[in-house]
Amino acid sequence: MTDTQLVRDSDRLLLEATMSRSRRVRNGMASVWMLGSVLVALVPLAVVIFYVVSKGLSVINGDWFTKDLPAITTKPGGGMGPAIVGTLLITAGAAVMAVPLGILGAIYLHEYGGPGRLASIVRTMADVMTGVPSIVMGLFVYSTWTLAFGLNGFGGSLALACLMLPIVIRSTEEMLKLVPDELRQASYALGNRKWRTIVTVVLPSAFGGIVSGVMLAIARAAGETAPLIFTIGAARKLNLDLFNGPMNALSLQIFKNASSSFPAATERAWGAALTLIAIVFILTVLARVVSARVARKHNA
Amino acid sequence: MPPASSVAERAPDPDVPVDASISLASTGGRRGDSIFRLVALAAGLLVLVVLAGIAFATTRQAWPAFSAEGIGFLTSSDWDPNNGKFGALAFIWGTLLSSAIALVIGVPISIGIALYTNEMAPRRLRRPVTYVIDLLAAIPSVVYGLWGVLVLAPNILPVYDSINSAVGDVPGLSWLFGGKASGRSFMTAGLILAIMIIPIVTSLSREVIATVPRSQREAAYGMGATRWEMIRSAVLPWSRGGIVGATMLGLGRAMGETIAVALVIGSNAQITTHLFSPGDSMAGVIANQWGESSGTYSAALIGLGVVLFAVTILVNVIARRVVRHFDERLKVA
Repeated sequence: MTDTQLVRDSDRLLLEATMSRSRRVRNGMASVWMLGSVLVALVPLAVVIFYVVSKGLSVINGDWFTKDLPAITTKPGGGMGPAIVGTLLITAGAAVMAVPLGILGAIYLHEYGGPGRLASIVRTMADVMTGVPSIVMGLFVYSTWTLAFGLNGFGGSLALACLMLPIVIRSTEEMLKLVPDELRQASYALGNRKWRTIVTVVLPSAFGGIVSGVMLAIARAAGETAPLIFTIGAARKLNLDLFNGPMNALSLQIFKNASSSFPAATERAWGAALTLIAIVFILTVLARVVSARVARKHNA
Repeated sequence: MPPASSVAERAPDPDVPVDASISLASTGGRRGDSIFRLVALAAGLLVLVVLAGIAFATTRQAWPAFSAEGIGFLTSSDWDPNNGKFGALAFIWGTLLSSAIALVIGVPISIGIALYTNEMAPRRLRRPVTYVIDLLAAIPSVVYGLWGVLVLAPNILPVYDSINSAVGDVPGLSWLFGGKASGRSFMTAGLILAIMIIPIVTSLSREVIATVPRSQREAAYGMGATRWEMIRSAVLPWSRGGIVGATMLGLGRAMGETIAVALVIGSNAQITTHLFSPGDSMAGVIANQWGESSGTYSAALIGLGVVLFAVTILVNVIARRVVRHFDERLKVA
């Protein structure tokens, strides 16, 4: 319910007829500002997607997904296989660590900590942690992991997991808040212990929302570049071992090729951008589909 | 654990609500409860551990640079890695200037969008508009950087040049628009950052604006206010705190943004007010120079990360405080 329903059209006409010119002009300018803001924000979205799709499509073919990175980046040829696999593996590694820990952290905040002092500190710090720049996470993992164990995919996973953790915690806590207390009480009344209530009643009823929050966190991590600069190195050949030897990632390939003055390299950057955006969008859409489907099942 | 436990045995457990203690049978076991509680607590505390770890580990790695430069690390603009000089002032300036440009451009647009979705849009358009603006956040920053450096920078240079030749000599305006224009500049970085902060500032502003009570709006309309007068007298005063907080979160985001800025800011450390000149930012210089650094040079780059960490933490904490402060004042009023 807002103003558009509150003031009926006939009333509005009457109002406008009796209104002074300057009030009408100011109202009109405000409307132009609001509508204009939306249009202005849509322009970069449309333009960026247009460029990425139109420039990226021309380099993507069968070799793109299977071949190693070219040895000479100034000439066309080669593929993006190791970077695509690297992005998927490193992000998956991050999710394996951050998602369970994040959900557990949210369970602590909402089911155990509540309004308590420690829980509010953790909650505030999780909020603050979402604001920590991703490049700082990269430097942190470099200082603690890479210096000791060398460049490898797992370092990248660690850095991305640090980024995802607070996002998963906060989005999951919001979803746990939506679970009605009656469900918990009903479970207690049946004699379930608290932990069983959480695992068998609370989490399943919040499942859809949790999954969509998790997917959005994964999508955000998959597109990150800065934390990977310090941690995963730059492998030209396929490396499937997260714990051993350098890997590569799509975002790193975009960054490295973007400022090149050779068309072959910039074309490769556009192709990598298209591949990365496709991965991120698939995850985002999956998040919507999952949450919509679970919501429908609940209502049925 | 036995399937049934006595009331006396269960009563001291503070986590189980009183209603549950009258149950005759319990499944799951008491030990399971305390283990689960501990695991959840540990996961929650991990946030504090990681934050403390970031502060400690990065400061330790950056120490050689901090101890060599002292306060000069923050106050000198002499960055000459070959001669062991690490003054970061020009990068700090670049971070502040590009973020300021981003706020000046991005915040009015964000508030406009938030007001549009709450106050103006027909109901069936609200969800699509929200969804599309959120999509801006789904595009990875490196893609914005790629587009910025290959498309925006070369195409916007003529615009800079014409502004420069039109007002570059006017006293006052030359302060901002003078100097030689470059496609990769503070301004281009600020524009890209503005695009990147719009989704976060918009979504937070939209949320606070949605909390404005209907009675306030109706009261304003009842007095014969136009939509704009209603917004100015009812919506904006109510949501001012939230919007200030959202702006500060946007600022934190802009200052920490790395890759897009690294690509478009021009990598030319200088302290100037000329918006169209190339510059450099803290995050940008770390990303651009990391590959060629070693020893104290690396330590100095990590030191920039420490400064960035401290500043963004500060901005974020203040932002949350501001929001809470205004919230409480409104409750009292």
